[in-house]
Amino acid sequence: MKPLLEVRNLTVEFNTASATVHAVNDVSYTLAEGETLGIVGESGSGKSVHALSMVGLIAMPPGRVVRGEVLFNGRNLLALSQRELFDLRGKEIGFIFQDPMTSLNPVLTIERQIAEPLRRHLGLSASQARKRVVELLELVGIPDAERRAGQYPHEFSGGMRQRVMIAIGVSCNPKLLIADEATTALDVTVQAQILELVRDLKKKIGTTVIWITHDMGVVAGLADTVQVMYGGRIMERGPVRAVFNDPRSAYTWGLLKSLPHGSQRGVKRLYQIPGNPPDMTREPVGDPFAPRNRFATERCFRETPPLVDAADSVSGHKVAAWYDLRQELAKLEAASHD
Amino acid sequence: MARYLLSKLFEAALAIWGVVTIVFFVSRVLGDPTVLLLPMGASQQDIDTLRAALGLDRPILEQYGIALLSMLRGDFGISFQHTRPALDVVLERMPATGMLAGTALFFGTLIGAVAGAIAALRRGTISEFVVMTAALLGQATPVFWLGIMLILFFSVQLGWLPTGGSGSLAHLILPGLTLSVFVSASIARLLRSSLLDIMREDYVRTARAKGLMPRTVFFWHIARNALIPVVTMIGIIAGELLGGSVVIETVFAWPGVGRVIMQAIQAQDFPVIQAGVALVAVIFVVTNLLVDLLYGVLDPRIRQR
Repeated sequence: MKPLLEVRNLTVEFNTASATVHAVNDVSYTLAEGETLGIVGESGSGKSVHALSMVGLIAMPPGRVVRGEVLFNGRNLLALSQRELFDLRGKEIGFIFQDPMTSLNPVLTIERQIAEPLRRHLGLSASQARKRVVELLELVGIPDAERRAGQYPHEFSGGMRQRVMIAIGVSCNPKLLIADEATTALDVTVQAQILELVRDLKKKIGTTVIWITHDMGVVAGLADTVQVMYGGRIMERGPVRAVFNDPRSAYTWGLLKSLPHGSQRGVKRLYQIPGNPPDMTREPVGDPFAPRNRFATERCFRETPPLVDAADSVSGHKVAAWYDLRQELAKLEAASHD
Repeated sequence: MARYLLSKLFEAALAIWGVVTIVFFVSRVLGDPTVLLLPMGASQQDIDTLRAALGLDRPILEQYGIALLSMLRGDFGISFQHTRPALDVVLERMPATGMLAGTALFFGTLIGAVAGAIAALRRGTISEFVVMTAALLGQATPVFWLGIMLILFFSVQLGWLPTGGSGSLAHLILPGLTLSVFVSASIARLLRSSLLDIMREDYVRTARAKGLMPRTVFFWHIARNALIPVVTMIGIIAGELLGGSVVIETVFAWPGVGRVIMQAIQAQDFPVIQAGVALVAVIFVVTNLLVDLLYGVLDPRIRQR
């Protein structure tokens, strides 16, 4: 498949008076047309910042793209003029943001907020836009769309607002849809409905999707490829099944181990990754996860491991680690039997 | 909306009643008007006659009830100084006060809005520094001092403008300018901080992510929301100015409501004080009511409560 998005060596910093935050460090990956990529990581892993920085949505200053290229359909987004970015955002790349409570403007009607990109990018007239807004609201499963369009965000529930956000995101049929923690603020049943809607929409309009979340479960149900980020770097990426069944990064392993299992009963405590999130103001040297990694070798602290093909796994499964997780786990297993 | 309006009207009536009541009882405590109305050395019989004529011999609560009823009819009594209905004395000063307040509000809001927007949009630049320093000075400078300085410079030194009084456009310039400085400084500072707050909102990022032009993002998404607190402030300032700026009207000998109340207090002209204070209260409450309504227009969350 032809690549839609190629990110090469993307490095983003935030410069404040007291420190420099190394938010994204040397991130490279390729996204094929029609693919759904799930990006997983904790707060501060650089997962949101890397996506926002691609289209100039981080505050600059203090943010700064230090190096890298982001090729979207062969065009380097980082070299675009402001005007070209305005034309691209919302039209070719749609966004769905976290927390629908604060991501919609409280004083404008839903109709106006969905119609804005339609009128701006597709040049629709007011009446054409109105018709399309109602269609979009129906598409995202909002009943009584005609009447609801004239209402304000506070008249919608959290789940309904998230549906509106999705309608805005897909309004101009973007080639790429970036969802940033789009289900995080919702309760679990609503979350499931929204995921169902996104899967459904993907089938209908065939958009390529980047789904950013800290929830491994969401990724498992939605994505083709998963990319695990930590400390502004990609730790591991690959087909969802391969990464979930055969993780090669100690961080991925820790994340998977900390998930509750259906078979787990009683008082058994969930696994917790030891230590604290990394200090992003330090010069990024070595494997960022090393201080919390029980399998870390001395080399992990000195040298940054490159993202390379995982040995004996499916194509596309890549990991950045100096240690061999399979070997370490086998040793652990053997020790527990003694 | 109708319920919102009704509750606001009820609150307004309650506020006016409160002010009128306080003024009534405070003026009874302050002194006996008969002493002022009669010449020195009047006989006890004269005093009693007048007290009976004015109804002052009745129980205080009965007097209060009668006063309240006549106030409802717009009857505040006869001014001791002017021997005309007290309300007329106050009301005929309204146009002068209104003209001064209107001038200060118009120019103050205009200048303040532009300055506040520049300061927020040019964040961290020399323009922000200059605008905000000027605004801080403008807000911190006492208006009477600024007024006197302007008189000294433009009227005394240069002789371009009259030192006080009213009657022509030239008379309006100095007091209007003095008040505009204060109004624009307050609005600039509030608008700036309000704009900076709103710029950080998630929905502004959503607007940018839609690819909207910066102009659209600013006016429809940032300014629309940032104006809400500014409108409140303009309303409060409008109420204060329309109630007559006592200090400025005194400095510039401007024949407004504030000055007439001031003179009435000095002369212990109780009916005029009562009429004046009641009028100021009504103006204040009405402007606040208008602000609340405007709020509803700006913010749908309030409209639908």
